[in-house]
Amino acid sequence: MAHLDMDAFFSSVEQLTRPTLRESPVLVGGAGPRGTVAGASYEARAYGARSAMSMAHARRLCPVATVIPPRFTVYQAVSARVFDLVRRFSPVAEQVSLDEAFIEPGSLAGAQADEVRRVLAELRARIHSEVGMVASIGAGSGKSVAKIASDLAKPDGLLVVTPEEQRAVLRDLPVRALWGIGPVSEGKLRRIGVQTLGEFADLDPATVTALLGTAVGRELHDLAHGRDPRPVAERAEVKQVSAETTFDTDLVDGGALESAAVSMTSAAHQRLVRSHRAARTVTVKVRSADFATVSRSETVRAATSDLSSLSAMARRLVSSAVPPGTPVRLVGVSLAGLTTAEQESLFPAPPTAGPEPHPDEETGPDEATDAGPTPRPDTAPLPGGRDRGGRGWAAGDDVRHPEHGHGWVQGAGVGRVTVRFETRTTGPGPARTFAMDDPALRVADPLASLDWLPVVGRRNDLARARTVEDGRTPHPGPAAGSTTVMEWVAPVGQEHDAVSS
Amino acid sequence: MKIRVERDGLADAVAWVARSLPSRPPVPVLGGVLLDTGSESTSEHDDGDQTLTVSGFDYEVSAQVGVPATVVTPGRALVSGRLLADITKSLPNQPVDITIDGARATITCGNSRFSLPTMPAEDYPQLPSMPELAGAVAGDVFSEAVAQVAVAAGKDDTLPMLTGTRVEIEGDRITLVATDRFRLAVREFAWEPTSEASSGTAVLVPARTLAEAAKTLGGSGSRVELSLASGDGLLGLAGNGRRTTSRLLDAEFPKYRQLLPSEHTASAVLGVAPLVDAIKRVSLVAERGAQVRLEFTESSLRLSAGGDDEGSAEEELPLDFQGEPLTIAFNPGYLLDGLSAVRTERAHLSFTASSRPALIKPVGEEGQVLPGYLYLLMPVRLPG
Repeated sequence: MAHLDMDAFFSSVEQLTRPTLRESPVLVGGAGPRGTVAGASYEARAYGARSAMSMAHARRLCPVATVIPPRFTVYQAVSARVFDLVRRFSPVAEQVSLDEAFIEPGSLAGAQADEVRRVLAELRARIHSEVGMVASIGAGSGKSVAKIASDLAKPDGLLVVTPEEQRAVLRDLPVRALWGIGPVSEGKLRRIGVQTLGEFADLDPATVTALLGTAVGRELHDLAHGRDPRPVAERAEVKQVSAETTFDTDLVDGGALESAAVSMTSAAHQRLVRSHRAARTVTVKVRSADFATVSRSETVRAATSDLSSLSAMARRLVSSAVPPGTPVRLVGVSLAGLTTAEQESLFPAPPTAGPEPHPDEETGPDEATDAGPTPRPDTAPLPGGRDRGGRGWAAGDDVRHPEHGHGWVQGAGVGRVTVRFETRTTGPGPARTFAMDDPALRVADPLASLDWLPVVGRRNDLARARTVEDGRTPHPGPAAGSTTVMEWVAPVGQEHDAVSS
Repeated sequence: MKIRVERDGLADAVAWVARSLPSRPPVPVLGGVLLDTGSESTSEHDDGDQTLTVSGFDYEVSAQVGVPATVVTPGRALVSGRLLADITKSLPNQPVDITIDGARATITCGNSRFSLPTMPAEDYPQLPSMPELAGAVAGDVFSEAVAQVAVAAGKDDTLPMLTGTRVEIEGDRITLVATDRFRLAVREFAWEPTSEASSGTAVLVPARTLAEAAKTLGGSGSRVELSLASGDGLLGLAGNGRRTTSRLLDAEFPKYRQLLPSEHTASAVLGVAPLVDAIKRVSLVAERGAQVRLEFTESSLRLSAGGDDEGSAEEELPLDFQGEPLTIAFNPGYLLDGLSAVRTERAHLSFTASSRPALIKPVGEEGQVLPGYLYLLMPVRLPG
């Protein structure tokens, strides 16, 4: 059994598609006061910056880092390529998140350690040569050993732990290395003087179950002994898809709140469509400035994947969730009651009236006053106000120039914008500065930075595998506009993810 | 104001008017019902045979009904509709005395006595006057037709054009249509127009309001009068001594005629009750009520739902089938709505393909397809 984990996945994709960033510290995440780090390159980690840290803290630790808003569409595309390759190699694969999977290549069952090493090294080499990404792989007798091994192998490494070595490898590791032991369990163990997996394994089973609970305690104790019977299995069906965002400044205006709910719906809807599902239930979560959280949900008779119907429900729900004028710090939308069978319609939905337009939106949002996120679907043409310079460019935006080609905004301010023209295939490119409202600069598809031919074949399977259960993948926010922050939702009970990505 | 009325008549009248009132009125007076005896001088009757008018209006829907009353002192008062409905419903079956004295209304019946605050009647909006009479139809025909179509109307207020029932008047025919995009119901019936003026017009009436009005106005033996002022955006309905008006929806109804299939490649005639029962049983295991699959062959209809994870069910029914065998899936709720709306013992189902809409029509005693009603239902997409 092997565990494959991409090294510093988000920041590596940024470095892949924006060659200027290669070998330099990169922090991926929202840049606003409430932003958190979704990914940190190894260069940034050298300064002590880590995923799930507040962006403000990470920037203090690593002031030289380039801060880039996340581009989930690009990460998803790269992930799809990597795991397409992995699945050709090992049809039995359990993808845990965008950047990690358990695999069990049939050819390696009962193979000698040298053979396992040779085959997995080849997989690593092919991922590097074909996709340009670095994956670390660990192999062992069970899932937990494989995962620990891939952690130990990082960065850019391969570690095969044989059954004979297993005991020695596990013994001296801190208890936190075990998947499933978080800060709480760690604290309980430390109180009785247990700090390493060896000490934990040596405990009497009765002591373990008394401390950590019967079921969990027994399972963890088995894992510490290297006993791990869990098979590699494709992830269960998607139960719900969701997206949420925390605002830099609390939203008070009802119209802005509704448009935030609509853009969260479209973010969740992208994942719904990608998982080939239709939803019956829309739930809107609203957290007000005093941290009181209210959820409202609505279920319709027939599941739908129609964005306008889902958005209309979200809009209705959000406006009834809190009294008008309540300051709101977070809005989330989740789509549940997912089915593969979708009620088709006789004719397309007529355009809806939509929310009351608020003055900012009619003239193109103004940077100073537009507190609400602007929906930015990543395939459709982007809001036109942007191109005309109504809002201006923000660092990290993908742009296109008729002469210089595809590029990204390195910095913007005082009426000027600096664009670095480069893609995955160009090598480090030149930077040029334009006026903020230069009509030649157009919004570009972030995927163009990959400069790839589209993946063909088995696309549906891949898409299915890519959307995993809610809470395990990053919640895409509304593709951060200049004043919007992505909230990185740390997977519950899986502290490991935040460290490894 | 001081009057005496019979309890039953009053309770029915108040309940009917209060039903059309908004549950959360934007201003309190719109949650009131107006009790009005008319002024003394215009009273057409001698004492002992007068009328108490109970009315309500919230700028969308108005409702008005007369109740025989003995008027001691005429007057007008506005009281909470919800409260008055609750009170009158629970009164014993004895004469009810209503006295308005300043800002209080006193209701006495048997040994019970209620005292309610009144609201300023002068703040109450003027009820719209009935538009010009356009024609009439038997009450039971009208209420059945409206109900057959209302099942297909949308409930999503963000798509207002789909929350209405379209009423098309063409000479002595009326066509009612409603759709929520997933199904479409059309009913046609004859009526007696009183003027040619309204012929060729089509209006969109809020479906819920129309269904409610048709149900309460159209008892058997009654006649429902339709009056129309499409210029003012108003439809009036009267029957059983009650009159109601509704605002029309100012929205464009989808062009639905082009959706109706002109031919079919397969058709089946089935008993409605056995099919309804079978769908209800099988769909118990339909995950989230998503779909029930129907496999039509020449000899039988096989219904199935569910799968390995949630459990599965199947049932076979005999049928009279013609054409190409096919498998098609429907949302069980929508299918049941259509089967219940045909109102005949047997139904005719016709298909072109498993991805195309199916038609459900009523079947007469002799097995012939009855004209006048159809329910068009879009299938559920089968995965894969």
